[in-house]
Amino acid sequence: MSEVIKTEPFVMNIGPQHPSTHGVFRVKVTVDGEKITDAEMIIGYLHRSMEKLAEERTYTQNIPFTDRTDYLSSMSNNLGYCLAVEKLGNLSVPPRGQAIRVIMAELQRLASHCMGAGAFANDTGAWQTPVMWFNRERERILDIFEMTSGARLTCNYMRIGGVAFELRTGFEDAVRQLLPRLRQTIADGQELLAENEIFIVRARDVAVVSPEMAIGASLTGPMLRGSGVAWDIRKADPYSGYEKYDFQIPIGYKGDAYDRFTVRLEEMRQSIKIVEQALDDLPGGPHSTEVPLAFRPPSGEAYARIESPRGELGYYLVSDGGPSPFRFHIRPPSLINLSVFKEMTVGGSIADAIVALGSVDIVVGEIDR
Amino acid sequence: MFPLLVTDHWYDLRDLANLYRVILEGLDHILPTGLVYVITALLGFIAFFVIFVLPSQLYVGVYGERRLIGRMQARQGPNRVGPLGLLQPIADALKLLQKEALTPRSADRTIMWIAPILFVAPAILIFAVIPFGPRMVFADIPVSLMYFLAISSLPVIASFMAGWSSNNKYSLFGAMRIVAMSISYEVPLVLGLLSVAVLSGTMSLQGMVIWQQDIPTWMILIQPIAFAVYFIGVSAELNRTPADIAEAESEIVAGYLTEYSGMRWGLFYGMDIAYALGASAFAATVFFGGWSLFGLEQWIPPWLIFILKTYLFYFLFIWTRATLPRLRIDQLMSFSWKFLLPVALFNLLIVAVERLIWTSNDLPDAIVWAFGGVNIILMVGIVFVWSKVFKYDPKNRPTKPRLVNESGGYRPVDLGEGGSAS
Repeated sequence: MSEVIKTEPFVMNIGPQHPSTHGVFRVKVTVDGEKITDAEMIIGYLHRSMEKLAEERTYTQNIPFTDRTDYLSSMSNNLGYCLAVEKLGNLSVPPRGQAIRVIMAELQRLASHCMGAGAFANDTGAWQTPVMWFNRERERILDIFEMTSGARLTCNYMRIGGVAFELRTGFEDAVRQLLPRLRQTIADGQELLAENEIFIVRARDVAVVSPEMAIGASLTGPMLRGSGVAWDIRKADPYSGYEKYDFQIPIGYKGDAYDRFTVRLEEMRQSIKIVEQALDDLPGGPHSTEVPLAFRPPSGEAYARIESPRGELGYYLVSDGGPSPFRFHIRPPSLINLSVFKEMTVGGSIADAIVALGSVDIVVGEIDR
Repeated sequence: MFPLLVTDHWYDLRDLANLYRVILEGLDHILPTGLVYVITALLGFIAFFVIFVLPSQLYVGVYGERRLIGRMQARQGPNRVGPLGLLQPIADALKLLQKEALTPRSADRTIMWIAPILFVAPAILIFAVIPFGPRMVFADIPVSLMYFLAISSLPVIASFMAGWSSNNKYSLFGAMRIVAMSISYEVPLVLGLLSVAVLSGTMSLQGMVIWQQDIPTWMILIQPIAFAVYFIGVSAELNRTPADIAEAESEIVAGYLTEYSGMRWGLFYGMDIAYALGASAFAATVFFGGWSLFGLEQWIPPWLIFILKTYLFYFLFIWTRATLPRLRIDQLMSFSWKFLLPVALFNLLIVAVERLIWTSNDLPDAIVWAFGGVNIILMVGIVFVWSKVFKYDPKNRPTKPRLVNESGGYRPVDLGEGGSAS
């Protein structure tokens, strides 16, 4: 036998059309058998030039744009943008408006984490069941959004200086009926997935992000907290009156995919707590301050950040005194959380790469904007 | 122990062989002898396929599985075509027939064309040795257990051909995975079934049913380890969850089926269900007493008992599919070689000793109940000891994250308080 069997690595595309890329996202992986030796991310398939378009529109007209960046958490995006404009124009929001904003943002976090947890379970191969269970509850949250704002996905509910409409009659009852159901679903997810032996071996010690790497890559949200770093903008830099509510920050142990999943489940429990507190003492008064439609903030710059379901969502606005922003920049948590994807996947198998991608919980609309 | 009350009248539907015999005798008068056997064999086979396999496939495999999984997933399942959606599988089949079966330009056309055909043939052959009743078995050969094992590993070749010929990287992954998994799981599967054969002293499936009827018992009560090994092994071989890595949708799109479309894909899909039905029928025969039901088979048609048992076992497949996540291939391999194989070997040893004690001392049949008790205790013991060997300790693993009140930097894991993080 003079000839030895030759093996060679080959390049494989995961995406842009693939069941597990959660949108049009592409990874070019070089594999040696099942083992990944190199991974190259290719983004931009969903680029819509939002930041440039926003420079041509007034501040109020830009709110619907923010719906369409992270389309799984439009309320949070609205909130982040409105906070930035309010900071730019030195506006204040009445207490009732702030409380409604908190309720909406937390319901949105619940809805988004429902999707994230379900889709992650689907990536580990739990065939559709967790997705369906979580989506059942997500649909109910979207019903409440529809009731409040008229839209399910792209709510466009927040306005500069408050929120667009007063809450509808029966809103509080609907939310209070929903919360126990959500608790039950989270408990089901905990038992079906987090305490499932197969799920544990699939997600534990997979796609580990060390705390140093997480801080170094400026990861935020469940990605950072999964690595054991206690960092939550709602606590560290409170906005919209979050300092009034009693909640805790869940942090993981090892920074693997499993930790990120359980952190998301725990965040959902904490969000339910926040919504209950906000509903209990919902202040009266106006829901919004009067802001002219063609609002012209003084020239200057402002950066506002919130804890979106995926991490630190920041809006950076520069004003030249005109009716539309001179510069409109978004700090998307998904894009920055994805920056460690290569480090998470190289050395693992293809199945691990899918789990790693699922545990980041990306929204491609936000990556490409 | 239970004499059969079945008569020889053709209208006695407790044994469909009567009807078959009447047809055979009727044909015998008008046709030459040799031809009659060929025709009746074909007739019986087709009738069996039309009466059992096709409806089971359509209504238990396609419709029932989709409907049940729909219910488990908090949704409706197919309910639009016909009453309760009962015509859905037929509509699906018609749709698949109309669709174009694409072949990629770079694919190996011949092999890609042959693969679905090769995949179908063993699915039909499997049912030849399954006993549906006391006299309802096509080929009551003395080594039908070996026959079943041999035939059931044939489709792997067809799957591999499908994956290789498609010239697609996802398909190649699927093909490689299915071959690797089939090789790994065949070994414990054979060992598990061997212990059943050793205990019952026969390799004929009909013989095993009669053995279970005579005791009377079910093999699953006496051989729980063999059943567990069989169930895990067969779900790995059939690509059912949690071992569906060859068609892992979230990883490699559709595995070896990625490039198939139209009825070629339909054949793979349909025959996957037929194999699962075959495995269920085999399990019902070997582990659940086949067509016997503790004497009730004299009044209830035995074939009905058998079919219901098959469906019950098939329900297990549906249930696991709707519940469990998928394992990674290396985890599946190590589970097979490090856990399943030693356990099956140990079980074989125990069963051989038991059989020796039983036959050499001429003990009564009821001794198998004692064997069953011993086996169940040993099963718990083996699983416990083996998990200790691999240092498996579920108590020491947190399933909920830590909670902190204040934002701050990194919080190192406190090993003393909440347990270690491993």
